Amino acid sequence: MLLSFENLSLTLRGRKILDQISGAFQPGRVTVILGANGAGKSSLLSCLSGLREPKSGSVTIDDRALLSLHGKERGRMIGLLPQRPDIHWNVDVRTIVGLGRLPHSGRWGMSAADHEAVARAMEATDCADLAERKAMRLSGGEQGRVLLARVLAGEPQWLLADEPLASLDPAHQFDVLERLKNYAAAGKGVIVVLHDLTQAARFADDIMVMKDGAILAAGPRNEVMTAEIMAQAYGVEVQIGTSDTGEPLVVPVRRL
Amino acid sequence: MRNLRLNALLAIGLVIAMLLSLAAGKVWVSPVAWLGDDLGALIIMELRLPRTVLGAAIGAALGMAGATMQGYLRNPLADPGVFGVSASAALGAVTSLYFGYAVTAWLLPAFALAGAGIGMGLLALLAGRSGSLILFTLAGVILSSLAGSLTSLMISLAPTPFATTEIVTWLMGALTDRSWDDVQLAVPIIAAGMAFLFATGRSLDALTLGEDAARSMGVNILRLQWFAVLGVGLTVGASVAAAGIIGFVGLIVPHLVRPFAGHQPSAVLLPSALAGALLVVGADSIVRILPSVSELRLGIAMSLLGAPFFMALLFKMHRELS
Repeated sequence: MLLSFENLSLTLRGRKILDQISGAFQPGRVTVILGANGAGKSSLLSCLSGLREPKSGSVTIDDRALLSLHGKERGRMIGLLPQRPDIHWNVDVRTIVGLGRLPHSGRWGMSAADHEAVARAMEATDCADLAERKAMRLSGGEQGRVLLARVLAGEPQWLLADEPLASLDPAHQFDVLERLKNYAAAGKGVIVVLHDLTQAARFADDIMVMKDGAILAAGPRNEVMTAEIMAQAYGVEVQIGTSDTGEPLVVPVRRL
Repeated sequence: MRNLRLNALLAIGLVIAMLLSLAAGKVWVSPVAWLGDDLGALIIMELRLPRTVLGAAIGAALGMAGATMQGYLRNPLADPGVFGVSASAALGAVTSLYFGYAVTAWLLPAFALAGAGIGMGLLALLAGRSGSLILFTLAGVILSSLAGSLTSLMISLAPTPFATTEIVTWLMGALTDRSWDDVQLAVPIIAAGMAFLFATGRSLDALTLGEDAARSMGVNILRLQWFAVLGVGLTVGASVAAAGIIGFVGLIVPHLVRPFAGHQPSAVLLPSALAGALLVVGADSIVRILPSVSELRLGIAMSLLGAPFFMALLFKMHRELS
């Protein structure tokens, strides 16, 4: 299963958001999309998840055009964790996670397989003990886990997450990223938009850097996470070292 | 099925309320006399039965429309009036009263339905194919206030004081003197509308997670929007055509139901329909029994019930916030 996009262009209110970009993602790996605010990361993600129709160009999943897929079929292949955590009604956690099975289930409720998938997703995110709690009464970290479980319950081939670390403390950030990493290790594709360079450098297998609606660089982490590319992308100087655990340690030090 | 017990209880309650409503009124007709061929049976078959059936249908329509609107707009304060359908249906009915067409029995409901239809058409024109929630709500608000002011204009320009009285009284909403003709006209349309509303359930559930998440799971927002509009338009349009504006039912009933049914939008739909029917049948029985010279209008009774209810809700929210 390969997810790729070709000559993708997107214009909003006369402004070019994405400009003739092409690229591909590998399953079994975590790809982090980096770039300054307004670089087009979220727009690319919304094109990849089929929420927005590009002005030209195409997204292809497994040799099929994304826009030719029926909504539910697309939902089974691509799961999206939106940037803003939205929970509008005070329903219990199990129900929220169960919503993730919508692309699979028929009109008349959930099957046994659906319930199993929900249980697995709650297990994988340590939400099982929250099952009966009301979703609106949870802390931010717990809500983040529950919403991740919702996406996992759909068992999508591709998991797209838009800034899943926003408003999480460091421990919860690790928690979410490790779960995403595990999902990729199970052979699925994971694409994450991040703002935190340090976390990106630690968790990414591949990195795609965007700037002004174009792709500045894309490839394995060590090739892309360089001082030059970060300077071009963000206009900041970064120091790159190695942490105790042997992972690259990237810290922004000042504006250029 | 979830909430099976709740729905069964509500259904039993509704049947009991409907039987009581048949027996009660200015004269009590005990069930033994219902199937005879004397005056009592005539009252039941020609006056009270159509009225009770219509009341149940309208209550179910308004309750379910309210639950759908609150789920669709993800706002517990939304009611079926937000789309402006009830205001435009009322405008249609008032037009027929203004020109004195209402002497022909079926013309008023026909005008009301035409008003509702034109309202939905205008809504489509104003909101376009965007599927945007804000544009859509704004279009509904504009439509609602436009229809409301045109209705006021008709009242102030009414040709005779008699027409003015007729319009004002009609606007207050009532089930008095409804016949099988009204039932035959309203109930099929309400049933069709409720089918549309019922079909929105799972999509409304998905909207709990926000529009992007819902769409990513394959929910067609535009389709949902038109199912909601058609469902609300048909149910509310037919209700207004048959009984005038009966407020608060659509707003209150989902709130009454949620503590028992849970907050999941699809789980609220059916109980809201049953509870709405129960509420309207009950309230209509009470206005009929009340020892007043002229019968209290049902619309007024509902508003009188609704206001204190919302005060209680406000106090509850106040406590939760502090």
